[in-house]
Amino acid sequence: MKQKLLDIADLYIELPKGADRQYAIQKVNLELKQGETLCVVGESGSGKSLTARAIMGLLPQPHVRVSNGEIIFNSEDITKVSYERLRELRGSEISMIFQEPMTALNPVMSIGSQIDEIFRYHVDMSKADRQKRAVELLDDVNLPNPEQIMRAYPHELSGGQRQRAMIAMALALKPQILIADEPTTALDVTTQAQILKLIKDMQKVYNTGVLFITHDFGVVADIADRVMVMQHGIVVESGPVKQVLNNPKHPYTKALISAVPSLSPRKAKTISKEKVLEVQNVCKTFGGGRGLFGFGRPSRQVEALKDVTLDLYNGETLGVVGESGSGKSTLARCIIRLMDTDSGAITIEGTQINMLKRKAMRAWRNKIQMVFQDPFASLNPRIKVGDIIAQGPITQGINREEAIKRARELISIVGLDDKSFDRYPHEFSGGQRQRIGIARSLALKPEILIADEPVSALDVSIQSQILDLLDDIREQMKLSMIFITHDLRVAAQVCDRMAVMQYGEVVEIGKTKDIFAKPQHPYTIDLLSAVPGKDWKSSASKKLTKTKTKSKS
Amino acid sequence: MTRSSKIFKFVLKRLLQGIPIILAIVIINFFLLNLADGDAVDVLAGEAGSATPEYMAELRAKFGLDQPLPVQLMVYLKNVVMLDLGYSFRHDMPVSELIVDRFWPTALLMVSTIILAVGFGILLGLLAAMRLNTWKDAVITVFALITYATPLFWVGLMMIVVFSLNLGWFPTSGMENVAAFYEGWDRVKDIAVHLVLPTITLSLFYLALYTRMMRASMLEQYGQDYVITARAKGLTERRITFVHVLRNALLPVVTMAGVQVGALIGGSVIVESVFAWPGLGMLAFESLFARDLNLLLGIFLLSSALVIVVNLIVDIIYSLLDPRIEVS
Repeated sequence: MKQKLLDIADLYIELPKGADRQYAIQKVNLELKQGETLCVVGESGSGKSLTARAIMGLLPQPHVRVSNGEIIFNSEDITKVSYERLRELRGSEISMIFQEPMTALNPVMSIGSQIDEIFRYHVDMSKADRQKRAVELLDDVNLPNPEQIMRAYPHELSGGQRQRAMIAMALALKPQILIADEPTTALDVTTQAQILKLIKDMQKVYNTGVLFITHDFGVVADIADRVMVMQHGIVVESGPVKQVLNNPKHPYTKALISAVPSLSPRKAKTISKEKVLEVQNVCKTFGGGRGLFGFGRPSRQVEALKDVTLDLYNGETLGVVGESGSGKSTLARCIIRLMDTDSGAITIEGTQINMLKRKAMRAWRNKIQMVFQDPFASLNPRIKVGDIIAQGPITQGINREEAIKRARELISIVGLDDKSFDRYPHEFSGGQRQRIGIARSLALKPEILIADEPVSALDVSIQSQILDLLDDIREQMKLSMIFITHDLRVAAQVCDRMAVMQYGEVVEIGKTKDIFAKPQHPYTIDLLSAVPGKDWKSSASKKLTKTKTKSKS
Repeated sequence: MTRSSKIFKFVLKRLLQGIPIILAIVIINFFLLNLADGDAVDVLAGEAGSATPEYMAELRAKFGLDQPLPVQLMVYLKNVVMLDLGYSFRHDMPVSELIVDRFWPTALLMVSTIILAVGFGILLGLLAAMRLNTWKDAVITVFALITYATPLFWVGLMMIVVFSLNLGWFPTSGMENVAAFYEGWDRVKDIAVHLVLPTITLSLFYLALYTRMMRASMLEQYGQDYVITARAKGLTERRITFVHVLRNALLPVVTMAGVQVGALIGGSVIVESVFAWPGLGMLAFESLFARDLNLLLGIFLLSSALVIVVNLIVDIIYSLLDPRIEVS
């Protein structure tokens, strides 16, 4: 019988007055045993992170506090122990890793000294011993050159390396419980797979109980023993992983699971032969400039695009898939002329637009429009929604009344209330803002729409709504679309063809169906095998085409 | 490449880049100063009271003031390149000797001011942030607000009234008691006593500024993710404040202090005049009224060189504090 490590009973966390609800979490009951992985799943605002913070005694006090219930860790109630005892437990018995490995590490301290602190404040060890142990730890988490990493600063490591260092730090004193708060959300899919494996391996060695917080059901399918689903601070369902994933009881769980895009590509439609956009041998290099007066060696160069060639056919959605730094966003920026190319040709309707002068380019601007990734940063907070949408046409010389009329139409097309016209962006949620962004891009009646990770900042249920909307609009307005994403599940459901990019090169391009069935390039194979939860195929898992017929009825 | 050789190269590069900047400053200053009415001869003649036009023309020819401006500029530039700053006809001394003489008092005043303003600013800001929303925080914040809003010259005069005239703790003016002929430690002590009021006057405004900045910076850093990590690691609050947060919070204050050293030289003109401190600021003030352009240009040249060097030092300190900034 495995020992029970953590027992949370009837926990309430109270929010300050004036918050949108009185309790962040209500009536939460939770158990964690040795060697077990419990996944807490929920969308943003579900209270899953605060639950984790409460276990560490890390609630932002005094505003947010535990108002009822107990958190028993090895027969000790964490909500009642003294501050000094809590400090002893943190990092040694219970430790935590976070979502953003960049901001979670102190930028001005070396990795070595940040690991060293844990030993210094919890155990009595000589400096040489601590040093030795830290190097061992870094080696355990498979970091190359541990001695060098000890001296490195966080900014000198990649995201995955930073997360490994965080894990090394968290496991330094062999804690009984590891709390992981979305530890792989900010990472690339191949790195994510490695980090998940690392956590699993470490768990086996130390018999740690892992409380894993995530919003990604793919990850849940890969690592969880048990699952707990939260919504608005309430646990709506919990149970063994197989039961919850394959046979969800609560409507919210069902909705969440059905919103996860399926990995099997949707049915391909016939693609027209007419090219609307040709990208030929485009290259783009960053850096390489010399300092003032030309002193010194040229700075480090990055080849963001190497000889990229691809075509976009009329009416299709072409996916551009790749990990961070693969050059997919640079490609989008070059096509829309936010950036100039170094060489190569980008051609629309027989005109090579990448060499046009600023003034000559203006006439072409309305043909290509873009939907941006971050719906919070991409809308000017001081301009009303209606004006944001109408601005483009007005600048292009359409008279004001007509532009405003068109803006109102678009607002209803993207499924927003008519009253939205006179509101400011901050009054809307992330999904609604992305709808505004889409309406804005459509205002100029573009022929080509470039969507740069349009759903990666959104919760999974909102994500599927936006994907449906994009699909509808593409058909209604006869658009051709370039869809940039790092998420292969999304790509499978949205794209007719896809191009896989790595280090600025297109390594593979073809029909989505063919690439998923028979990937040719080793990198594509790696990418596909790293998708979390690839072995889990739920009958409820979503096919875009199915729900679309539903939404039209 | 090792770090020290990197820093050496960086310093060399920055110094080379400073040369055209200084030349540009000299040229702009030259024309700006010549925009003012009157020259040194007018002032000399005015003081003498009985100068004939012939005598004035003779003086102008002697000083080279009868040449067209571009020629005067070229001559001056040629001399500057050869490290000759010209001759002050007013003081009857070479400019370089004069400003070197007056440089040390100003340097002393500035260094003590920077130490006081930055040091205490950081300390008070830290204290206010650690005792957020207590009476200590309130007292520090109100003190900073009042000093921030008080004009420099008024503070100087009030200091003299209160501490020199009424209480008699400190001397009213000057840098040392020349009549006493102190030597060794006695002289150091004498100068230190004279230094107190000017330093406090000059630093109060900056002290207030850095206190406010440091407090805001600390509070901002307390909200960062790495602080939660540090707490989750089980570190003490002491360690979190003094090691994790402090070093990050210092960065903006150091930047600001570096930028303001230039402004400090400007501020020292007022303070040196109020306290009769025999430094560059007072010298600049006097020579402006004497239309002693050679001397003024020399002082400006030295100040701009000083600002360039200080900025360089700040950049190096910054790169030591923040590993993300590389000297290159």
